[in-house]
Amino acid sequence: MTDWPSLPFLALLVPLLGGTLILLAKPFGLRLQRILGLLLTLGLLFVSVDLLEVAFEQGHRVYTLGNWAAPYGIVLVLDALSAMMVSLTTVLALAALWYAIASGIDRQGAHFHVLFQIQLFGLNGAFLTGDVFNLFVFFEVLLLASYGLLLHGGGRLRTRGGLHYVVINLIGSTLFLFAVGALYGLLGTLNMADMAQAVADLPTSDLAPVAAAGLLLLVVFAIKAAFFPLYLWLPGAYAETSAPVAALFAIMTKVGLYAIIRVHGTVFGPEAGELAFYHQPFVLTAGLIGLGMAALGVMAAKGLRNQVAYLVLASVATLLIGVGLNTPQALGATLYYLIHSTLVAAALFLLADLIAKGRGSYADRFESAPAMPQAVLLGGFFLFGAIAMTGMPPLSGFMGKVFILDAALAHDWSAWVLGMILVSSLLMIVAMARSGSLLFYNTLDGASNGEALNRPGLVSVLGLFLISVGMVVFAGPILGMTEAIAERAYDVGPYVDQVLNTPTQDAQWLKGGH
Amino acid sequence: MEILIAFVIGAMTASGVFLTLRGRTFPVVLGLTLLAYAVNVFLFAMGRLTVGLPAVIDPTQGGYADPLPQALVLTAIVIAFGMTAFLIVLALKARAEMGNDHVDGLHLSEDEASLKNTLPPRSQRASRKARHADQQEAGQ
Repeated sequence: MTDWPSLPFLALLVPLLGGTLILLAKPFGLRLQRILGLLLTLGLLFVSVDLLEVAFEQGHRVYTLGNWAAPYGIVLVLDALSAMMVSLTTVLALAALWYAIASGIDRQGAHFHVLFQIQLFGLNGAFLTGDVFNLFVFFEVLLLASYGLLLHGGGRLRTRGGLHYVVINLIGSTLFLFAVGALYGLLGTLNMADMAQAVADLPTSDLAPVAAAGLLLLVVFAIKAAFFPLYLWLPGAYAETSAPVAALFAIMTKVGLYAIIRVHGTVFGPEAGELAFYHQPFVLTAGLIGLGMAALGVMAAKGLRNQVAYLVLASVATLLIGVGLNTPQALGATLYYLIHSTLVAAALFLLADLIAKGRGSYADRFESAPAMPQAVLLGGFFLFGAIAMTGMPPLSGFMGKVFILDAALAHDWSAWVLGMILVSSLLMIVAMARSGSLLFYNTLDGASNGEALNRPGLVSVLGLFLISVGMVVFAGPILGMTEAIAERAYDVGPYVDQVLNTPTQDAQWLKGGH
Repeated sequence: MEILIAFVIGAMTASGVFLTLRGRTFPVVLGLTLLAYAVNVFLFAMGRLTVGLPAVIDPTQGGYADPLPQALVLTAIVIAFGMTAFLIVLALKARAEMGNDHVDGLHLSEDEASLKNTLPPRSQRASRKARHADQQEAGQ
């Protein structure tokens, strides 16, 4: 199967056709839809493992859609970075989907499983595409599915958070089109590899407008990745939506981050002459300020889910700092931290939901409440998640932060980076310790009116935490892998060559049968 | 023609930004629609403005208009159309659930607040400001 030229396309085809199939399965009941959803996501997991294998063996694999060669045709480009993101998404999706089924959240409205698959389709498309306009289209696909998922189940505050989310993303889409239009007008192409070449040969008179269009594109990705000062929509939207959706959305901010690494790293990469990496100081500054703001948000949050939303912001800001340091070593560390923070943040969203249900009418507010059922078990999980998320030893968050700090030592701004990451970590540790002691120790007398612990749902949290443990045990090989990915991401030449020189497939295998 | 197009795009973008910053959902929807119009014209102009050239390659003519921006605009129009429809439905849902059409769901204008007192109360769904007004009236 790994020799099959259409392999990258399979990562799009499975969720797209699968989503349609689940829609058609609606008359046969939710049970069938659930089984189909799980099977499809499992199938996608096999495809993504295959993708990883191919990407590491072959470097780049280009799939020419409709058999039109780049730059005129649209291409899907599989490389180690995109394969890693697709695999991460699929693992996360499996955990979120299992929790949604275990907690019956998919029963609260129609078409949860359809939207879920279409969301995966949009995400995988955004990771695999090699064309900026196609990236816009896949962003719209994943956003439209995310609107549906975000509002799933309904409720007043959810509608309000959803409205803000939709409006800010529509503005983002408009800006995206302005940036894409300007880049097309100046460079005459929208294929990323072709754009990289056009930027390298850019006449001096066009430098300023191209730089401006590139920064406009950065603003768009900043909205998606929720970085300072464009993050205000995130806490409301993520804290109010249902737990599995919030868990899946832990990857959504990383899509924006991936787009910066992919689009800006390729088009304004090492061979872009005067514009090489001109965006990185902006990214680093936004990351530093954003980390401080997110840490304050973690301190000030009035509910556990809101606190986890701010922890997501803090992790995004840390990743931005890693990207902004602009060395392959730092990017390797960043990718390690990206895997960790996505999975642990998702687990914390799920855990916050379990805790909120256990506390009944007190929900996730930071107030003293009667002790929840199974408080010791949940408390142990919370302790684990808090340690991993805030970056205390011995879990993967600590390893990730150490790798990033280590990579930062050589940078001019190392004092700022070290200071900000360490101080914000301290603030987050204090905040999480306070919320943990309030939720689990500072309890009122009497029986809780909450639900009993949803044990099947806890399996998702357990699975995600076990991956965090695995990332510590195998920290060396995993860091080696992410550093190899980062090296390749910085080496733009082979990417450009491979995209522009992939011939169209001749139809030999069609004729062979006759 | 370039100057005229530039002014058209500029005016639509400025109006769109102004309306998007308003506090109520309907002007915001209109603002986003205007922004979408502006960006469509902008995309179209990025293929360079040409007069009298065929849209499809014609061997008897000297040149042809750039077809790619036209394809981009078509895609953008369809997406913007769908998104606007979705946003309108969402705004109506928000209006129904929160009892007012403010984007924060918290504020009522004066006439709505006074109108509210003549209607049967919506209990919990009343906004903070309206509740405040009710309390003041009860105190008098």
